[in-house]
Amino acid sequence: MPRWNYPAGLGSLIWLGIVGLPLYVLVAATFQTRDGYIDDGPLALPDHPTLANYRRVLRSDFLSYLLNTALVTAVCAAIVITLSVTVGYTVVRTRGRASRRIFQIFLLGLAIPSQAVVIPVYLVITKLHLYDTLLAVILPTAAFSLPVSVLILVGTMRDIDEELYESMALDGASPTRVLLQLVVPLSRSGISTVGVMSALHAWNGFLFPLLLTQSKSNRLLTLGLYDYVGEFRVDTPALLTAVVLSIVPIFLVYLFARRQLISGLMGVGGK
Amino acid sequence: MADAATSGRRPAREARQSVGRAGVGRPGVVWALPGALFFVFFAVAPMVLVGALAFTDWDGIGTPSWTGMSNWSRLWDDPETHQAIWLSLILTVLTWVFQTPLALLLGVWAAGRQRNRAVLSAIFFLPLLGSSVALALVWKSLLDPNFGLIADIGPALGFADGDLLGSSKGAFGAILFVTAWQFIPLHTLIYQGGARAIPRSLYDAAAIDGAGTVRQFFSITLPQLRNTIVTSSVIMVVGALTFFDTVLILTKGGPGTDTTIVPYLMYKNGFQAFDLGYASAVATILVVVATTVSLLLVRLTGFAAMRSTREGM
Repeated sequence: MPRWNYPAGLGSLIWLGIVGLPLYVLVAATFQTRDGYIDDGPLALPDHPTLANYRRVLRSDFLSYLLNTALVTAVCAAIVITLSVTVGYTVVRTRGRASRRIFQIFLLGLAIPSQAVVIPVYLVITKLHLYDTLLAVILPTAAFSLPVSVLILVGTMRDIDEELYESMALDGASPTRVLLQLVVPLSRSGISTVGVMSALHAWNGFLFPLLLTQSKSNRLLTLGLYDYVGEFRVDTPALLTAVVLSIVPIFLVYLFARRQLISGLMGVGGK
Repeated sequence: MADAATSGRRPAREARQSVGRAGVGRPGVVWALPGALFFVFFAVAPMVLVGALAFTDWDGIGTPSWTGMSNWSRLWDDPETHQAIWLSLILTVLTWVFQTPLALLLGVWAAGRQRNRAVLSAIFFLPLLGSSVALALVWKSLLDPNFGLIADIGPALGFADGDLLGSSKGAFGAILFVTAWQFIPLHTLIYQGGARAIPRSLYDAAAIDGAGTVRQFFSITLPQLRNTIVTSSVIMVVGALTFFDTVLILTKGGPGTDTTIVPYLMYKNGFQAFDLGYASAVATILVVVATTVSLLLVRLTGFAAMRSTREGM
């Protein structure tokens, strides 16, 4: 039976305003002309809605940034899924000290902030002669997505019934077959959570692209946005249009994968 | 008859035991090695390496050269570093103080069964989709003293010229607010998940005993959310210690050095002044604090405890 909780409801509405207002300004501004935005202020509805901002941004290097980012995101997600599935499988199924230690490394790794280790990562990347390549961004970005992914998958895979493993083992199934025919199908929800979260992480990454790439042809979206600050110096609507365009693709993914993503994030909380 | 029954059972049991013994159908540890080595190479080893680099002089191009304690004695004497550590600590504490109660209340509320809850919590979630860069740019334009929202509401907040980011306290407050705006939704979700897992029967029993909403919140919800609070707090604290993108875009560490927190100080020394040895010493502070927090996490929540509740289900 639903109980009404008026103070909480009111509080959540206030918070809705705090979250929603900037988002409104963001979207409304993209249909404004520059002069209209300056004259009427950020809260105004556009008098004469225009798509000129979108045309302007799309004519710049935006699409090349978008393509680079899509590539980095896809490869990162693929690496993270492959590695975290095999690690999770081993942690759940293999008894013994080694697999426990490996799990502990990932648990401790949860709190290693990428900002704090970016200097040695920069050293490693230059020594590998990967500086200013997309791979320079992909490798460390994927590595820092691993701990949470392993944690989520270990949680999912633990819930698979022990008897299913046993009956497959009795049939003489190899670990590869158990993985592909039992573990992967039954942990699909965990795997898609991991995929979406690592993709989001790669898509929104900033520090590694900022410090590990240099040339314009290797630029990613977030870094491109940062550059637009200079390029569209006083043209706030154009800048905000670039911001909106950078969020649209991930928003579309979110519409399809919302439930996975949310259940994955809620699972992080522990019980 | 009895013999047949036992002998009929025996092969199955033996087979099962031999499965356990020989590890048929269990992957070897080799399976975890690619993932583990990859993670160690790009995350764990750099964490150790940053401590070593803190004892060197390195301009980012040549090879680091050993200089012993000089970075550390410089760090000990540098007022800008002292200020950065102090600012980071205040920011972290204030972030926790602001975000935890709000996220907790919103999360518990969102775990309930009110109408429109699904829609509202979907909107709460939206800021998580944008990158820190994108969101900071939105706020940068809203806080623009000439064309932004702040030009209109600034006077009401005590900034007559609307130049919030130009004042020391205003810029610091802006970072606190913008990061809260961005991250409270994440923590709300975590609390929502935690609150959903609290057994309904506890509330029913409390209601029968005549406990009201407030009493139920303090006697059931809060204690039951203990582990969730710890987990969320650690994510929050480590997050606050490492805010970077928002600071770079909103304030560039200014005005002066008044919002130069530790990660920005590291960036400034390392990648603007190309003094990566000294920057590594600054980064080492971050690593030590973050690792301590992470160890506390494992101790306090006990991931072993998580295992046992799952098995009990």
